[in-house]
Amino acid sequence: MNALLLRDMRLAMRAGGGFGLSLAFFLIVVVLVPFGVGPEMGLLSKIAPGILWVGALLACLLSLDRIFALDFEDGTLDLLATAPLPLEAVVSVKSFAHWITTGLPLVLAAPFLGVLLGLQSDAFYWIVLSLLLGTPALSVIGTFGAALTVGLKRGGLLLSLLVLPLYVPTLIFGAELARRGIVGMDVGTPMSLLLGITFASIALLPFASAAVLKINLR
Amino acid sequence: MSLWEYANPVKFLSFTGKIVPWFAAGAALFIAVGLYWGYFLTPDDYKQGSTVKIIYLHVPAALIAINAWFMMLVASLIWLIRRHHVSALAARAAAPIGIVMTLITLITGALWGQPMWGTWWAWDPRLTSFLILFLFYLGYVALWAAIDNPDTAADLTSVLCMVGSIFAVMSRYAVLFWNQGLHQGASLSLDKEKNVADVFYQPLLMSITGFVLLFVALVLIGTRTEIRIRRASALLARERG
Amino acid sequence: MMPDLGKYAFAVLGSYAAGLALLAILVIWMVLRNTAARKRLEQIEGARDGQN
Repeated sequence: MNALLLRDMRLAMRAGGGFGLSLAFFLIVVVLVPFGVGPEMGLLSKIAPGILWVGALLACLLSLDRIFALDFEDGTLDLLATAPLPLEAVVSVKSFAHWITTGLPLVLAAPFLGVLLGLQSDAFYWIVLSLLLGTPALSVIGTFGAALTVGLKRGGLLLSLLVLPLYVPTLIFGAELARRGIVGMDVGTPMSLLLGITFASIALLPFASAAVLKINLR
Repeated sequence: MSLWEYANPVKFLSFTGKIVPWFAAGAALFIAVGLYWGYFLTPDDYKQGSTVKIIYLHVPAALIAINAWFMMLVASLIWLIRRHHVSALAARAAAPIGIVMTLITLITGALWGQPMWGTWWAWDPRLTSFLILFLFYLGYVALWAAIDNPDTAADLTSVLCMVGSIFAVMSRYAVLFWNQGLHQGASLSLDKEKNVADVFYQPLLMSITGFVLLFVALVLIGTRTEIRIRRASALLARERG
Repeated sequence: MMPDLGKYAFAVLGSYAAGLALLAILVIWMVLRNTAARKRLEQIEGARDGQN
């Protein structure tokens, strides 16, 4: 399993691996927002948690098809499916690799991008915490979507259409956790619900993703 | 005679061919009676004025929109467990109906909301949940369309329907939290039990019955279409191969 | 005996127009698809039986 993890991470970090692209996309989205809504910091700082969350979510979305695409194309996925390692474990490892190479960098970049949206230093902690707790769910849910569309040639838009509605609860609780923390309100409810979604997804979705992969590999 | 006998496409076609006209006629009758009664023969609501008449389209459409998805879920499970093709095709047939019903709900809701709340749209939990349901329907239909192999498509869309259902329920609660947690907005929901007096309730029941019959008729028609399309493809493939 | 819709005429009539139009489109579309599928299948089966 470790070998698979390291291999996936190395593939992602390669030149064409898309590692920097998600970060760059995150930056671009955050930069575009002020052009769309005006430069007034009062407004921007109010919507900053939401913008950062939506930006991170979209950046995550872009890299999802890479989870299975390369292995599907060269037949590695067929080998992995018949290997002694259960496919659910393979899927989980791939989700984890995706999170480390896409989700985690977004989490670390978020406070810096938040500065562009008027975020104050005491808010950094809440942005990072909410994204840290939520991005694993995004990777796991996204893996399910990637498994559904693995065989399709130009499945990118379909993947977005399938995955984005599934992201709604994570987005709601993640952004709300950040917003409440920043203003000093009690964060118990959104935090526990966000954690609930993340843990439940990590525990259960790999089974669905593996089942879907087996269907697609038939 | 077990219901499972009708899982056989030929039996299904012959049986439904006889019952569809009844459902269609019943649907037309109940909808016509419900709408006529509701539109012409009921008074205005003291709070909502004549807009209460929108209820006879809005509520039935909303009920079908939700229950169509539920029916798709059951049909998907039957396909995954018992591999009855008719079940998978029925789920596929129900989706466009659900989409149209969701659209009707959203549009009539917006037209109703404008004079009542002063806005075409509000991120009220109920409306928002319907918008999310609309997106789930779109994804489901898009996935069916994208996959060539019919059995693979049936399998994938069934899993999507199941996972989607769980997330749809989660979203419903998340959205409730999201709106009520933030604002104490005015209650925008139309609670059938609370707000709807008898004089409105009876034509509403007519209309709801009509919509349910319409849903059944259309799902049967749609499933028959899908069966025929598949049989045609199978015949052509056999000739080629 | 048209009811007086008052200031809500647009909302009510618009809702009915949109709702009934969408229902009509749905029903017509599904019926047409069904007819086309049936005709096509009959054609294919007819050609097949003609050969046998």
